[in-house]
Amino acid sequence: MTSDELRAAVLASLGDIAPEADLAGLADDDDLRDELDLDSMDFLNFIIGIHERTGIDVPERDYSRLGTVGAALAYLAAHAAG
Amino acid sequence: MDAGTLVEWLVHPGATVHRGDIVARVETDKADVEVEIFESGVIDRLLVQEGEKVPVGTLLATLKPLGSEEAVTAAAAAAIPPPAIPKVPIEPPGAPEPGTLQHATRAAERLARERGVDLSRIIAKAGRRITVADVEQAIRPGQPLPAPVKASPRARRLARQLGVVLHTLAGTGPGGAVTAADVERTAVPTSAAQPAVAPPAGLRSRADRVVARQRATATAMARSKREIPHYYLGAAVDLSTALAWLERENLTRPVAERVLPAALLLKAAALACHDVPEMNGHWADGRFQGSDAVHLGVAISLREGGLVAPAIHDADMLRIDELMAALRDLVKRARAGSLRSSEMTDPTITVTNLGEQGADTVFPVIFPPQVAIVGFGRVSERPWAVNGMLGVRPIVSCSLAADHRVTDGHAGSRFLTAIERILQDPATL
Repeated sequence: MTSDELRAAVLASLGDIAPEADLAGLADDDDLRDELDLDSMDFLNFIIGIHERTGIDVPERDYSRLGTVGAALAYLAAHAAG
Repeated sequence: MDAGTLVEWLVHPGATVHRGDIVARVETDKADVEVEIFESGVIDRLLVQEGEKVPVGTLLATLKPLGSEEAVTAAAAAAIPPPAIPKVPIEPPGAPEPGTLQHATRAAERLARERGVDLSRIIAKAGRRITVADVEQAIRPGQPLPAPVKASPRARRLARQLGVVLHTLAGTGPGGAVTAADVERTAVPTSAAQPAVAPPAGLRSRADRVVARQRATATAMARSKREIPHYYLGAAVDLSTALAWLERENLTRPVAERVLPAALLLKAAALACHDVPEMNGHWADGRFQGSDAVHLGVAISLREGGLVAPAIHDADMLRIDELMAALRDLVKRARAGSLRSSEMTDPTITVTNLGEQGADTVFPVIFPPQVAIVGFGRVSERPWAVNGMLGVRPIVSCSLAADHRVTDGHAGSRFLTAIERILQDPATL
């Protein structure tokens, strides 16, 4: 997947959880849990959304490495197949 | 919850229904609920029309017993006209149907407010929120706003399903309202292949709903504080065993089946009701009426504002993965506004879990007519002494608010001790 596709997958997954949020105004280094007020259920749904869109299964111990859009993109780029 | 507006019938006279089927959608102050039927049979007559607001407890429809099913159905169909068209337009024009709230971006809301644009008259692109571009489009000179369309929620839903643009229809309902029949008449068989156009989005109804829900919560909480003599207990619970067990479990699970710590806490609270059954039930008619089943209310904060606490039925009987699935489903439906009537009325005890972003400790308020509520604060690492040794452990503050008319601090302590004991042996969950 290209970085644009990964970004689209991350933003779409966030959009599912927080439909009211202004994702265009979200900076790459904004803390997702703070900015979007995500609880652990939301975050799990975020991880599930990423898995559905990219096929990348983020193990639980790595959740903390997806705390911002920028960090999530870096993580996913490193773990994307191929 | 004193009254509700019947938004939509999902059955018609003559339909065969089974216990637990969803027969109607009702909008209440607290939430949108799907009304379940409690007996099997054949729908005889619908007594309340779509759009009518009626007090809680109003008889909505009559039912004929199952049995000579075909004869009864035929008789009913012959004797009773098809469901009537609503007498009055049901919702303000442009209001979204329950469960599929359409939103505008914050920037779009701001712009609309500044320029005096009525957002309910703007059509968002299909499946999208109203954006600044949509608002700008609307305020451009020479681009008249589409007139608001009067339509029943059923017609709106149907229009969306069939890809019919409501604006293009001439309504034949009262006041020119577009009815479901109008939509059906317009829809051509190939229309499913055409892109669906979302109906005009509105905000008024959503804002109204938030206010109504906050008012309902305020009423319940004021009643609770007025009538229920609360007492409060707290215990710090070491979760290291439970969380280590959960981590191992989750390693073997696909991402969509992973279990959150919240599910363990809920299950422990449900099981503790077996130890101290006086926590589980309702205060009604001046006395405690215990419940054999544990219908665990779960406090869920809604992103648009407000709180609901619907029940996970028989939470004590569910395996941990079943409970997790039920919790995910419940949160999803609570936020989509499609809770079932029994979920709203059945809780026999409630849990509020502040989660990882929350405060350390919660002193919760009981939801009447229940007699207890369990609270969990944020799990955090703390110094913890065991056998004379100091270690760092994940600790959660577990609190209990209970009704002093039913139980006392002794029973409450036993209840908290039971939760703690259960959480030390997670494999039994």
